[in-house]
Order: sequence, then C-alpha cells, then structure tokens
Amino acid sequence: MTRAANPPSALMHAADNVTAGAVLSVENVSKHFGGLAALDQVSLEVHAGEIFGLIGPNGAGKTTLFNVITALYVPDSGHVRLRTQMLSGRKPHEVVQHGLARTFQNIRLFANMSALENVMVGRHVRTTAGVFGAILRDRATRAEEQTTSRRAQELLDYVGIGRHAHQLARNMAYGDQRRLEIARALATDPVVLALDEPAAGMNPSETESLMTLLTRLRADGVTILLIEHDMRLVMGLCDRVVVLDYGKKIAQGTPAVVRADERVIQAYLGGVLT
Amino acid sequence: MPTTRRRRWQRLKHDRRAALVAWLVIGVVLALLPFVTGELLGRSWVRILDFALLYIMLALGLNIVVGYAGLLDLGYIAFYAVGAYLYALLASPHFGLHWPVWAILPMGAMLAAGFGVLLGAPTLKLRGDYLAIVTLGFGEIIRIFLTNLNTPINITNGPQGVSLIDPITLGGFSLGETQSILGVTLPSTYTYYYLFLALSLAIVFISIRLQDSRIGRAWVAIREDEVAAAAMGINTRNVKLLAFAMGASFAGVSGGLFAGFQGFISPESFTLFESIIVLCMIVLGGMGNIAGVVLGALLITVFPEALRYLGDLQQLLLGRVLVDPNDLRLLVFGLALVMVMIFRPAGLLPSVRRRREFSADESVLAQEQASLYDTRR
Repeated sequence: MTRAANPPSALMHAADNVTAGAVLSVENVSKHFGGLAALDQVSLEVHAGEIFGLIGPNGAGKTTLFNVITALYVPDSGHVRLRTQMLSGRKPHEVVQHGLARTFQNIRLFANMSALENVMVGRHVRTTAGVFGAILRDRATRAEEQTTSRRAQELLDYVGIGRHAHQLARNMAYGDQRRLEIARALATDPVVLALDEPAAGMNPSETESLMTLLTRLRADGVTILLIEHDMRLVMGLCDRVVVLDYGKKIAQGTPAVVRADERVIQAYLGGVLT
Repeated sequence: MPTTRRRRWQRLKHDRRAALVAWLVIGVVLALLPFVTGELLGRSWVRILDFALLYIMLALGLNIVVGYAGLLDLGYIAFYAVGAYLYALLASPHFGLHWPVWAILPMGAMLAAGFGVLLGAPTLKLRGDYLAIVTLGFGEIIRIFLTNLNTPINITNGPQGVSLIDPITLGGFSLGETQSILGVTLPSTYTYYYLFLALSLAIVFISIRLQDSRIGRAWVAIREDEVAAAAMGINTRNVKLLAFAMGASFAGVSGGLFAGFQGFISPESFTLFESIIVLCMIVLGGMGNIAGVVLGALLITVFPEALRYLGDLQQLLLGRVLVDPNDLRLLVFGLALVMVMIFRPAGLLPSVRRRREFSADESVLAQEQASLYDTRR
C-alpha cells in the first residue's frame, strides 16, 4: 500500500482559500427548545487554516450549534456565514455546496454501500450527471464517473483506508468507519470540515492516529471545526478553543488560556472551586 | 469448490467470445419463445407471456422507487391506470380520437411521471409505514376518480370502462390482426410479444444504466440514511421526486401497451390488489436486483396460471377432481410465497447489497463483535 504523501487533488480547492480572517462566523445565534435555551447569543469566528475546538460539558449545546451551522436546525435568531455566503436559512445540501461538510457523532455511513461508493456519494454535489447522462453514458458522463471513482480512491488512501475500498461500510472496523466519514466529507471539497466528536469510542492508539490525520489535514489547508470530549486531543491539536456551558459562551482563546480559566474549571468540575 | 467455480465463472464472464455466444443463445431463445410455447402449451400461453412482459416493465418501475430509493409505494398501479386511460381515451371511439401509438406512449410516460411527482411532493417528509398508507390512499383515489368521472361530463365512462380501444398499429402494421411475414403466420399475441419484449429490454437497459450512476448512488444513499445523504449535499427532495417520476413513467408506458393489447379497460383492472401483486414480484424476486425482479414478475404471472392444471393432475393421480383447482390454486400460490419468504428472505435472486443486509453469517458477526470490543477498550 503506497502512502499518499502529497495531498490529493481533492484538497487543492481548500488550499486556495488559505487567507487570513474568518472563514466561518457565527453571530449571536440563539436556539430554544420549548423553554430551554440550548444556545444563547453565541458568537464565534473560525479562521482559515486552523483547527478550532468547540468544547463544553454534556448538554452545553455543542451539537445544537453544530446542527445550526450545518442547517439541520434553523436558529431562532442570529446567523451563520461562510466566507461571504449566508448559511442560515439554507437547506442542508446547499450548505455543503457552499463548502461546509460534516461528520456525525454517532457514525452515519451508508452501511450497505462499499467504502468507495460512500466517498463517491460525497462527490455528488460537485458532479452533474443526470438521468439522461446515466442512460446514454456519453463521453462526458463516463469521464465524470471515472474522475469520481479515482478521486474517491485517492481520498480513501489519504485517510489511510485505501485497501478497504471495496468492503461494505458496515463491516469495517470502528476506527476505519470514522476515517471513512472524514473521507466522505472531504469528497465534497469543503472549505470548512466540521467534525462532531471524531474520537468518540476510539481507543488511545486510534485517537493517536486520528490526531496525525487531522494535523495533516490542517497542513494541507483544510479548516477544521472540532467538537470533542477528549481533552488530550483538544489541547494537543486545537489552535483556538471556545467553551460552551448551558448554551452560553463562557471562554475563548488558546487551549492554554482556556484551561486556566476559572469559569471553565467551574463548569467542568461543578463549581467546587468557587 | 465454490471458489474455483467462481473463478471459472469470472474467467468466463470476461471471455468476449463466450459472452457473445451467451447473448446469441439468449436472443434466439427469446425470439423463438412464443412459437415453442404456442406449439407445446397452446396459444393462450403466449398471451400469458405477453402479460408477463407487461408486469416485468411494471415491476422494474416499482423497483426504482422501492428497491433503489427505499420508498414503499402501495399505490403504484395508479400510474399504470394513468397510462392505460390516456391510451384508451386518445385511441378509441369514446371521444372519436385515434392517435398513433408512438405519440401516445411518450405522452403516457410523461403524464405518469407527472402524477409520480404529484404523489411524491406531499409525501416527501414521510417514510416507511406512513408513506405506504398515503400512497395506498393515492392509488385508491385515482381508481375512484376513474370510476366516477362519468358525470357531469363523461370522461372515463365510469365503471363500464372504455371498450373498442384501437389495437397498437406500427406504421400501417396492425398488431391486432394475424399477420404473415415471409410465410410465417404471426397471430396477434405473437406480434405483441415482440413489441413488449423490445420495450421490456429497453427498460431493463435503462434500469441497469441507472443503477450504477451518480443518480443511482444518490437513491441508495437516501434509502440507507436520508439525513446523512442531505448532509453530503444530496438534494433529497429532487432525488426522491426523480425516483417517483422514473418509476411512474415505466408504469405509464406499460399501461398504454396494456390498453392497446386488451382492447378494453375499466377501473376494475387497477385495484389495490394489483399494486400488491407488483410489490410481491419485486420482494419475491429480490428487491433492487434487476434479474431478480424480472424473475419475480415472470414467476408470479406464470405460476398461478400453471396451477390451473392442478385439476388435470388430480384427475390423473386420483382418478377424480377432489378439490376445485380454482380454490387450490391460490392456496398453493400463497403457500409457495410463504415458503420463499422463509427460506430466502432476501428474495430468490437478491442483489449483492441485500444479501449482505440479510445475512448474519459468522464472519460478519465476528467482525461486528470485534469492532464492538474495540469500542469498549
């Protein structure tokens, strides 16, 4: 198995966008579920080329914020912007089109499709073949299919599961399924890659190799928004971190700054230290 | 050894000459089938073959909706009705119109596709049982409309149905009459067989091409996990509507052919029972697999007819007819269906994907347990 040393062409698109400033900005987003304020006036800015961590205790609103950003939820107020594009009020598939791809906390692969097919589905949004193309299989369609499957294989190699390309997603090892989800998201040529607890359920060595993969993604110009519980991963990897608690942003900054913040300690340890 | 057998099969599959010979044999068999059947079993069996081909087209259409996109549709026969009634109204003395078949069939396909979208649009957010109930209702609505659209303006001629429908005519060559070409006498059912065969093959071809395409993958992705499909940038609304429209268009074509072939249609032909029979065909044959669906449609049309001989069989074995073959026929048919579902739950010829879905063989179980174990570490 050859290791893909260079980023596949799939990532070139992202590399073009490495400029200073905010790629993804969340402005005063609130979301209520009945009487519960899951998010209360949350704002944050993710800069190009960084790994941005989103942490907080259970029920802090991290996944809710994620779902607002990826347009699965509509915020009650505030908005989300990707570069110059407004994301709030869009449909989930439009958000992907504008360059934001995500993975899920509880893996949601297409279980009965092969790894390669899963990634090929990720290319859907960047390809155009329709019904007539499929039936006639003209030259343009054949070329597109070929490019799609080649790109998919490159991405599988990139995340390190190239040799499992023809295995069904449901039969893959847990860690490999996580990687497959990342490959599938990368296939949409994202500007920002949003990962919802990618290390959940992983053993230490799997977490270790995930960190290597994420570092490499950053080096190749992908901006990453990361929700994570594993503090070692967050502290070792993130450039900047935002801490949520009860739907409010309570701290922001580099991992070192956040770790020393009194309110963060209080949120995590339940106020014993006050 | 199964592995060596498979390898030999693989080699055979890639052998061009072998493939050519195989296709040639299949072609000859299909071309001679009506003559052989007519000689051995009688003319009425060629008519049954014609119906089998109509059902193959129907089943392949439903296979796109249910097998590929995973949208359970219990009102599918409504699209067949739309195609049939369009043909009946445009080519019969009822309105005095006698349009040519090549104009009506594409219109039927498009009109049925339109009805497919009409059914799809309000049900986009439904799935599983709920979708099944709504589609069932849709099928009944269409049938009831057809039954009652004879007042105040007589459009469908109500429960009496439309009769004296023009037989299909292709360039002055009427399929409704016995023809003779090069000294070979071709009764009407024979010529219809060739027309239906050609269109069935076209639909098989389209199904194969769609299966392995960008759109086909999107359909399967939606079946597997709709939320994930949307999060991967698939416009689930459009892709689902496309599945409904494609599936319905096959039924529209099949319905038009049915009207021309039968010469008479009434709302009776489009009951819920028919929808369920078509669904039965794809479930029995193997959902999502084209060969399986074709086999299922063939068996479900032919098998109940074959069971009519149960009376003769009783006469032969017991010397008298003990049980009325008409009662016994459906009993045996039901029993056979139950047996298939017990012994081959994924269908007779399941798609590779389905087979894996249903199989819980040891290697898969072991792998799943291993990954579970990994998680806990």
